[in-house]
Amino acid sequence: MTVWRQRLFATPAAAIVTLLIAALIAWVAVPLIRWALIDASWSGTTRNDCTAGGACWVFIRMRFGQFMYGLYPAEERWRANLTGIIFALGIASVFLAPARHRLKLAIAALVILPPLGIALLSGGIFGLRYIETREWGGLMLTLFISVYASLIAIPLGILLALGRQSELKIVKLVSVLFIEFWRGVPIIAVIFLASLLLPLILPGGVGIDRLARAVIGLGLVIAAYMAEAVRGGLQALPKGQREAATALGLRYWTSTGLIVLPQALRISLPAMTNEFIALIKNTTLVLVVSILDLLGIAQASLADPNWVGMNMEAYAFSGTIYWLICFALSRWSRSLETRSSRRLGH
Amino acid sequence: MTSPLAFLNDKRVRDWIYQIALVVGLVGLIVYFVRNASQNMVNAGIASGFDFLWRQSGIEVPFVLTGYTQADSILGLFWVGVANTMLVTVIAIVLATVMGFFIGIARLSDHWLLSRIAGAYVEFVRNIPLLFFVLFWYFGVIAALPQPRQSVSLFGVAFLNNRGLTIPLPDGLESLRIAGLIILACILGYAAFAWWARRRQERTGLHAPTLRVGLVLLLAAPLLALVWATMATRWDVPALRGFNYRGGFVVIPEFVALLCALVTYTAGFIAEIVRGGIQSVAKGQIEASSALGLRPGLTLRLVTIPQALRVMTPPMTNQYLNVLKNSSFGAAIAYPDVVSLFMGSALNNTGQAIEIIAMTLAVYLVIGIAVSLVMNWYNARIALVTR
Repeated sequence: MTVWRQRLFATPAAAIVTLLIAALIAWVAVPLIRWALIDASWSGTTRNDCTAGGACWVFIRMRFGQFMYGLYPAEERWRANLTGIIFALGIASVFLAPARHRLKLAIAALVILPPLGIALLSGGIFGLRYIETREWGGLMLTLFISVYASLIAIPLGILLALGRQSELKIVKLVSVLFIEFWRGVPIIAVIFLASLLLPLILPGGVGIDRLARAVIGLGLVIAAYMAEAVRGGLQALPKGQREAATALGLRYWTSTGLIVLPQALRISLPAMTNEFIALIKNTTLVLVVSILDLLGIAQASLADPNWVGMNMEAYAFSGTIYWLICFALSRWSRSLETRSSRRLGH
Repeated sequence: MTSPLAFLNDKRVRDWIYQIALVVGLVGLIVYFVRNASQNMVNAGIASGFDFLWRQSGIEVPFVLTGYTQADSILGLFWVGVANTMLVTVIAIVLATVMGFFIGIARLSDHWLLSRIAGAYVEFVRNIPLLFFVLFWYFGVIAALPQPRQSVSLFGVAFLNNRGLTIPLPDGLESLRIAGLIILACILGYAAFAWWARRRQERTGLHAPTLRVGLVLLLAAPLLALVWATMATRWDVPALRGFNYRGGFVVIPEFVALLCALVTYTAGFIAEIVRGGIQSVAKGQIEASSALGLRPGLTLRLVTIPQALRVMTPPMTNQYLNVLKNSSFGAAIAYPDVVSLFMGSALNNTGQAIEIIAMTLAVYLVIGIAVSLVMNWYNARIALVTR
């Protein structure tokens, strides 16, 4: 009890602040909890079943499949689940493998997983039904775009970061110009740009999928941000590391691959995770080119005449999912940071 | 005997070969893209060049600061977009900075509950997409506001409803202009006084009452001037006529929603910068300053804030540029900023994608470069002078 008195009512001023905050909580949180839990309707199948006056979670339950998979045909959704599981296992095995196998595993995963994922999701081979990308959507699409854009962004970002540190003047200039250009323009403009310019600069007749354009656009921008994250790690690495490798007779790419990058990437991993979080958040922008990710599906579901006025339910549900994913990732990134700073003895 | 390829053993030669290969590759790629683009544009019958800028636009804009009408040119439309982008950016930066400072300081407060609430706010805001906030404020909050007849009245002069925020407009600008000049004179006067006081202190060690003069010149005098100008001006206060408000100026709901989203989102990031900046000041600095006999207020003003500002300036600049770039999120709710007006409407009407995209990106790049140049100069000025 004394602890709480100390914390909340130590001085008259503190007591006033406590009371003000308590009033704020009563004013905001109490109605919110009443709406979301106490007065909410959970069972039923139509809007008319929501009679309790609070949130109508029936709406979320009836549309759960759409929120997760968009318009992906219900009987084919196992393919999306399978792709997710394969990717999760692939990424986990790279992280958990012993250090000497990690590089080989990472390269194998990079070569095998992306084409396999696309083949599974879009079909047309292995006797799987072909499903156009316009039918993809929901959380599955959010994750798809984030993962595939970072497949472009991470390798390109590492190259750009190395280029920015390079002694070669022209390589450095090209890298700096590329990074600063993409970092200087709004992502929404880049998504417009990718969807308008990519078909224009390719030879006539070569079509390029709407979704692929958005992924390429996002990948290019995030590559520039990733490059800055990796640069932090490269700069934190003592110069002697590269010099020692050179003195041992290692060439540039060998010393980069064996000495510099493994250490630099470990230092950069928290910053790169933060960029990945930013990427997940920015994936929502594909809404402007009518690709419906989780937020897009939530927004589109508001137009359903059978479910008028479900704005708050749709936003609460989609917002919670984004929050959970990003919060979990940011906690992980913070734990990496404390672990690596402990290892370095700071 | 040396091999004919021995010159390749020279690192400088190899470096040049790599770089020339890179340049040739890049130029080749660009030429390839440009040739495809011009071929595709000829096939699709799209014109090129900047002539379209002087054509009549015919696009109606719901929110205009520049006096643009449909009869004006497409270039006029471009400037409307730039002005709208700048307006929402500047106001959002000011409000987000104020809100972010309060939250950042609240996080460092000794008060247990206050610091927890501030921390929860930061964790909440940083892990949710900005577009979510934009849509939420627009479709969740503004759309749920009452009809004009039941408007939320702000002090009886401004009215908030689902058609936006109606604010009073001044009938004449004379007194406001005089007030502006008075405020400018006060700022210049204070700058001169501060300069003189610093010079004198360096020469003689005498203190000048900078804080008190500052309060008068930067706070009291401008406030008085504004109050006087407000009283002296006739205001066109909006009034309910039938189903809507007449008079005043209508700030469109898109602006209100975008502004609220940018402020609430950015404040969470600024709060973290403020917290980091204040925490970066070594404890010994504050202890040394109180050991020298400085009171807590003076310690804060002379020791903590100057050092915290030095740490906070670069990330704050980044955050302000982010606000500028993020103002383009308005395109998702059709706020007429430069992206949605120019890259959206004007591009649809003319089809000249390359010119329009280049001009739109140039807006952000030019402002970004200008800001970084100013900040580099400022950083060099406030950087630690090591003797």
